[in-house]
Amino acid sequence: MKKDLIVSIKDLAFGYAERQIHRKINMNFHRGKVVAIMGGSGCGKTTILRLIGGQIKPTSGQVEVDGKIVHEQGRKGIYELRRKMGMLFQHGALFSDLSVYENVAFPIREHTDLNEAVIKDLVLMKLNAVGLRGAHNLMPTELSGGMARRVALARAVALDPDIIMYDEPFAGLDPISMGVICDLIRTLNDALGATSIIVTHDVTETFAFADYIYFIADGIVAAEGSPSDLKKSQLPFVKQFIYSEKDGPVPFHYQANEYISDLGL
Amino acid sequence: MLTFFENIGRGLRLKITRLGAATRLFFTIISYSSESFKRFNLTIREIYFTGVLSLIIIIVSAFFVGMVLGLQGYYTLQKYGSSEAIGVLVALALVRELGPVVTALLFAGRAGTAITAEIGLMKATEQLSAMEMMAVSPVARIVAPRFWAGIITMPLLASIFSMVGIIGGYVVAVPLIGVDEGAFWSQMQANVDFSYDIVNGFIKSLVFGIACTIIALFEGYDAPPTAEGVSRATTRTVVTSSLAVLGLDFVLTSFMLSV
Amino acid sequence: MDRIKLDAWVGIFVALGLIALMGLAMKVGNLTSNDIKTTYVVTANFENIGGLKPRAPVKSAGVVVGRVDSITFDTKIYEAIVTMSIDERYVFPKDTFANIYTAGLLGEQYIGLEAGGDPENLVAFDKISQTQDAVVLEKLISQFLYNQASKEEEEK
Repeated sequence: MKKDLIVSIKDLAFGYAERQIHRKINMNFHRGKVVAIMGGSGCGKTTILRLIGGQIKPTSGQVEVDGKIVHEQGRKGIYELRRKMGMLFQHGALFSDLSVYENVAFPIREHTDLNEAVIKDLVLMKLNAVGLRGAHNLMPTELSGGMARRVALARAVALDPDIIMYDEPFAGLDPISMGVICDLIRTLNDALGATSIIVTHDVTETFAFADYIYFIADGIVAAEGSPSDLKKSQLPFVKQFIYSEKDGPVPFHYQANEYISDLGL
Repeated sequence: MLTFFENIGRGLRLKITRLGAATRLFFTIISYSSESFKRFNLTIREIYFTGVLSLIIIIVSAFFVGMVLGLQGYYTLQKYGSSEAIGVLVALALVRELGPVVTALLFAGRAGTAITAEIGLMKATEQLSAMEMMAVSPVARIVAPRFWAGIITMPLLASIFSMVGIIGGYVVAVPLIGVDEGAFWSQMQANVDFSYDIVNGFIKSLVFGIACTIIALFEGYDAPPTAEGVSRATTRTVVTSSLAVLGLDFVLTSFMLSV
Repeated sequence: MDRIKLDAWVGIFVALGLIALMGLAMKVGNLTSNDIKTTYVVTANFENIGGLKPRAPVKSAGVVVGRVDSITFDTKIYEAIVTMSIDERYVFPKDTFANIYTAGLLGEQYIGLEAGGDPENLVAFDKISQTQDAVVLEKLISQFLYNQASKEEEEK
């Protein structure tokens, strides 16, 4: 019996020399769930994904993936953990010198010794799941933004990961592509029995399909709950975010002097 | 006035930090090399991009450099009545200096910038991050094969450069000017020493190969992940490689002449 | 580009490079003509070696028969000791004469060996006793001027 809790973040703090990003973050991700992390631009949402993936180390606190503390693992241990993860990058991050087919085949070739016929079947299956089996001969430059992201998604799930991470999966997509991606996240998650962690700031889409949502602001978890709970939330920040009000706890104006004095009046 | 010196100090500190980071990259590459040697076809692919694609520019420039050396050398040597020494002049100039140095400069401009731009772009589009997240080391998969390709390519290119340059010098000296063919080759053979001139030239090109490739790789790997960052890094590759090659050339030459 | 084509191109490139290197070694360098393999060492003392340098050729009748190995200075007799390796195929009598010559007016300096008539030959680590120093231009000029001056003196 696998543990239900697959990723847990405890008292995590992280910052660069000049700027503290996270002060104290606690999050739990359960198996089979689609969890969204939301927050304004620059609040360190993507950084959390990098911390889970072990690309950076926390200043204090810890990230536990599948019972192992990420920053205490050596290179081998981290690579071992990463093989359980798939990550979809904001712009897809497809390898520009490889074709769509080779991009999806890449993780399979790197980590398994399967023969070419099996690889071909696997790749075409994954591409079929995202609806792009017909595009396997194209180069990444020939794809539209939405298609590139679907290929990247096929690549991310090529090795059937336990955890799928999405970094801004909706950014810069037209409504149709957005709907396709939404649908894919849900179906892939349920088909693979995986856990999806989505970093985003698109309210409508996320509230429509996420199981649980974390709001980050000022380096802490400002609010959390299921979409229906959060909609009822009276927290001013959450309200401002959900109903996209221009002024609120997050001010419209960047810190400045008195307007009158700046104009020299 | 103080800020002037402060700026110098800050700039110097930055340069030294970067030198340290480049050195660390060098050792990281070495430590990952066994991993990438297991898949040598990756290195062969890079030899194609750095070596084969540089062949045209190397051969054409070598031919012209050799011809110019032949012409210039002839007009000076004939004043002293020793125009047969033209072969020696062309061969020594090419084998000892111009072969390795010009090849390295062309390499930095042709292959070095391509490496920097490619790696910088892969970084800017998160391809390297993606690779890392797929539990594939970008150093083993991307950086190390390019490093070894550069080291293998440079001495070969320099040898080709020297040989083609000598042929260029021969074309000008013998058929065009009319220097005696026998004298051309025999004087050359009498005065070019294999273990001294040719081996030293080879060592030079090997050192330049390491320097140019490491600089190109480091600049790409270290580039800020933006379009502007990558373009600046590409410029820096050419500038730094050229300076490094010329500086190292002086050091190596003085070292070789003193032995 | 498929794998085979790529390999072929790289193969051509590496072959070209190796051919060029071989060409440099054989046609340009003296790897083939330099057949001085086994040598024996002899020394010679000179009061003045001029501009002689290690690796300078040792010639006899214009043929290169060896090379200068090293040049040291002996503080007991205040003379330069030149060590040279001579090709084993060439033997020289004990009373061979060693001169320092200059190739051309301003060329590099080399050692010229002139065979004597001794029936015994030089063997390894022998010393050539009869030597002639390098011509130093300044000395020559000052000698000339001195002679001129003394001649004028006589004429008076």
